[in-house]
Amino acid sequence: MLEVRGLTKSFGALRASDGIDFEVREGETHAVIGPNGAGKTTFIGQLAGTLRPDAGRIVFAGEDVTALAAPRRARMGLARSFQITSVYREFTALQNVAIAVQACAGHAFRFWRRAFADASLLAPAQAILEEVGLAGRTHVLAANLSHGEQRQLEVAMALATRPRLLLLDEPMAGMGAEESQRMIAFLASLKQRHAIVLVEHDMDAVFRLADRISVLVYGRVIATDSPQNIRANEEVRRAYLGEEA
Amino acid sequence: MNAVLVFEQLLNGVQLGVMLFLMAAGLTLVLGIMNLVNLAHGALYMVGAYLTIAAVEWTGSYPAGVALGLAGTLVVGMAVEVVTMRPLYARDHLDQVLATFGLILFFNELVAIVWGRASLYSALPSWLAGHVKLLPGSSYPVYRLAIIAVGLAVAGVLWYVVQRTRLGMLIRAGASNRAMIAALGINIRLLYTVVFGVGAALAGLAGLMAGPIYSVQPGMGELILIQVFVVIVIGGIGSIRGALVGALIVGIVDTLGRAFLKPLLASLISPTAAEAAGPALASILIYLLMAVVLAVKPAGLFTSR
Amino acid sequence: MKRVLWIVTVVALAALPLVVSALNQPYYLELARRVLIFAIAAVSLDLILGYGGMVSFGHAAYLGIGGYAVGILAFYGVSNGWLQLAVAIGGSALVAAAIGAVSIRTSGVYFIMITLAFTQMLYYLGISLEEFGGDDGMRLKTRSDFGFLDLASPVQFYYFALVLLLAAIYFTQRLVHSRFGTVIRAARSNEARTRAIGFSPYPYRLLAFTIAGAMGGLAGALLVNHTAYLTPDFMHWTRSGEIMFMVILGGMGTAAGPLAGAAALLVLEDVLSSWTQHWQLILGPLLVLSVIFFKRGLSGIFSRDA
Repeated sequence: MLEVRGLTKSFGALRASDGIDFEVREGETHAVIGPNGAGKTTFIGQLAGTLRPDAGRIVFAGEDVTALAAPRRARMGLARSFQITSVYREFTALQNVAIAVQACAGHAFRFWRRAFADASLLAPAQAILEEVGLAGRTHVLAANLSHGEQRQLEVAMALATRPRLLLLDEPMAGMGAEESQRMIAFLASLKQRHAIVLVEHDMDAVFRLADRISVLVYGRVIATDSPQNIRANEEVRRAYLGEEA
Repeated sequence: MNAVLVFEQLLNGVQLGVMLFLMAAGLTLVLGIMNLVNLAHGALYMVGAYLTIAAVEWTGSYPAGVALGLAGTLVVGMAVEVVTMRPLYARDHLDQVLATFGLILFFNELVAIVWGRASLYSALPSWLAGHVKLLPGSSYPVYRLAIIAVGLAVAGVLWYVVQRTRLGMLIRAGASNRAMIAALGINIRLLYTVVFGVGAALAGLAGLMAGPIYSVQPGMGELILIQVFVVIVIGGIGSIRGALVGALIVGIVDTLGRAFLKPLLASLISPTAAEAAGPALASILIYLLMAVVLAVKPAGLFTSR
Repeated sequence: MKRVLWIVTVVALAALPLVVSALNQPYYLELARRVLIFAIAAVSLDLILGYGGMVSFGHAAYLGIGGYAVGILAFYGVSNGWLQLAVAIGGSALVAAAIGAVSIRTSGVYFIMITLAFTQMLYYLGISLEEFGGDDGMRLKTRSDFGFLDLASPVQFYYFALVLLLAAIYFTQRLVHSRFGTVIRAARSNEARTRAIGFSPYPYRLLAFTIAGAMGGLAGALLVNHTAYLTPDFMHWTRSGEIMFMVILGGMGTAAGPLAGAAALLVLEDVLSSWTQHWQLILGPLLVLSVIFFKRGLSGIFSRDA
């Protein structure tokens, strides 16, 4: 589904991505973990198309997308949720998702009918919000949702574009224990239907959801393996997990 | 069209460029460091011109008048900063544009009330009013050479300050990361007032130098301001080097265009067509240039980040 | 509540000529007509500024193009109003598309400065057109001839402008709530998010910019008939600032805002200029204060934004 070879990006003297090789198979959940500053968000940015790599190739669903801009990749089925919540604050939850649904419904050069009265947009949006667990909050302005609910909305919007691959950048950031559990259960339900790249600090979530884990340290992947093997890996323990215990 | 004429127009272009640079440097610093769009920058240029004319008349001495005019503009600039700009730093660009637009209306009217709407005459001391023979057959005004000299000197001083002093380091750091210098405990308010004040003084200097050459009247600031915008767009926001390069390019292109486009067109197409198209094309030349630069480099030639 | 307010407003506007003639104050009909025409310009700017978040300081350019289209055609003897309107709107749309194509690739401060610069460019072009009065401008040779309508009649012209304004508001509102308008508003609200779901804002913004320019051209065509005088001042950048103020003052991104703002600003100018010829001395600081203290404009006092 996704194949990355030799991805490299520097910011001045800082090597945020240093020759990363990475791949995701169909229906696989491949987690990316690493200490802060390892370059995880830079990595996601390059996958999503908001950052241009200095070198390397990204192949998505058989096509070389390295030079493609973010909107093109999204239309090809590559959806993204942001680490720092990025929703439409002045619109309701339902409207937020409806806009995302609209994005994959072909072009939007329709000028007359009210978009937010259109059942073909609202019905799918409603369905997704129910799936995500926000059924009762559809008419609340996004700005008035709790932090955890906004994170759920983030994921909902990524889902609304009917993606083949989900890039989830710390979906559980800032969530309390109970909310995290619900989110993990929800993500587990997505597992077979979409390929997922999951960047997370929450080790519980990572080990429960991931089929494979890559460990990113200082821009380099130091290990890619099954969860048990990663847990047992000495180098990984030293670099990262040892601090997590 | 001969070599001497081209040479003189080239010098004129450099002179215009240098004045544009003085304006652009202040504006681009304020934009880059304080993220403030200041449409009233032209008003400070105008204030500099008027205050200096008044000061020269009052003191009877050109150097004293210039010093007073500059000081006065600096004071006005800092007053404007404290009263109007401080609430605007936190606002978005739209609010800043509108508020400074209101300032323009105010200053233009104020100047018209005090000095009237007619164009003022700005006298030059005899030691600046002469001509000098640079090339055989060319007799170039001393004053314009003086402007070029002053402008380049200021550019040099600015370069030194920005590259070699602590203040300059703060300026450069601020231009690329505002939050950072705040976090380092630097007195931001003071820094902002100083930067704004310097910008105002530079604008005032440009204004007082412009007095004898261009017409001094209400609204003179806005005419040059838009050219300054073109300079900043071409040169890149926050970059003094960009301001200098952009200003010289704009100054030279505009001056040469106005001088030579019509005769050039006349020799290429018909003289009658050139009569109409020449001046029109010359007046929009720098905007076309801006469009071309933008098409290739949407963030300007030099970026500070 | 909103609906009631609208009905009251429309009725009041429709009744205004009757009231004015009963009180024998024809000047106010002129003023009201001026408000209506500028309101159309404000509606068009609100589309890209209020809903689209594009701070275009060059909107006066389209007033100028519309005005000059009518003026130049009239000069050469073409006085068919419908033809003139078509040229005014078409010409403005073309220029807007050209300027937009270059400018919309930029954002923020660059966009403001670039749109300002392009307007100034058109202003200089206008000045250099010597046959059409250059700097001073020229009288409009004949008013536009719309067949059934006689623009020389103040009342008929007033109703014509009113109908066009209401049509403009209706059309813009439908546009803004359509799928197209939703993309524009989304791009304003959160551009990164909009790109991440698969929309590239550029083509949508460009089209909105073009539509706004076309509507500005319509306002310009009306304006030149109203003043019966054609001048490059239509395109002066301070005019752009005035229209922006109308949009802000009335409340950005609302249906009634542009009309409220145009009325407020023009009436204010009228009142101030009757007190003193130096009214800008008062208006200037008033505008500054209104920006600093008065965030959401008049419309924001009465309703929540959508």
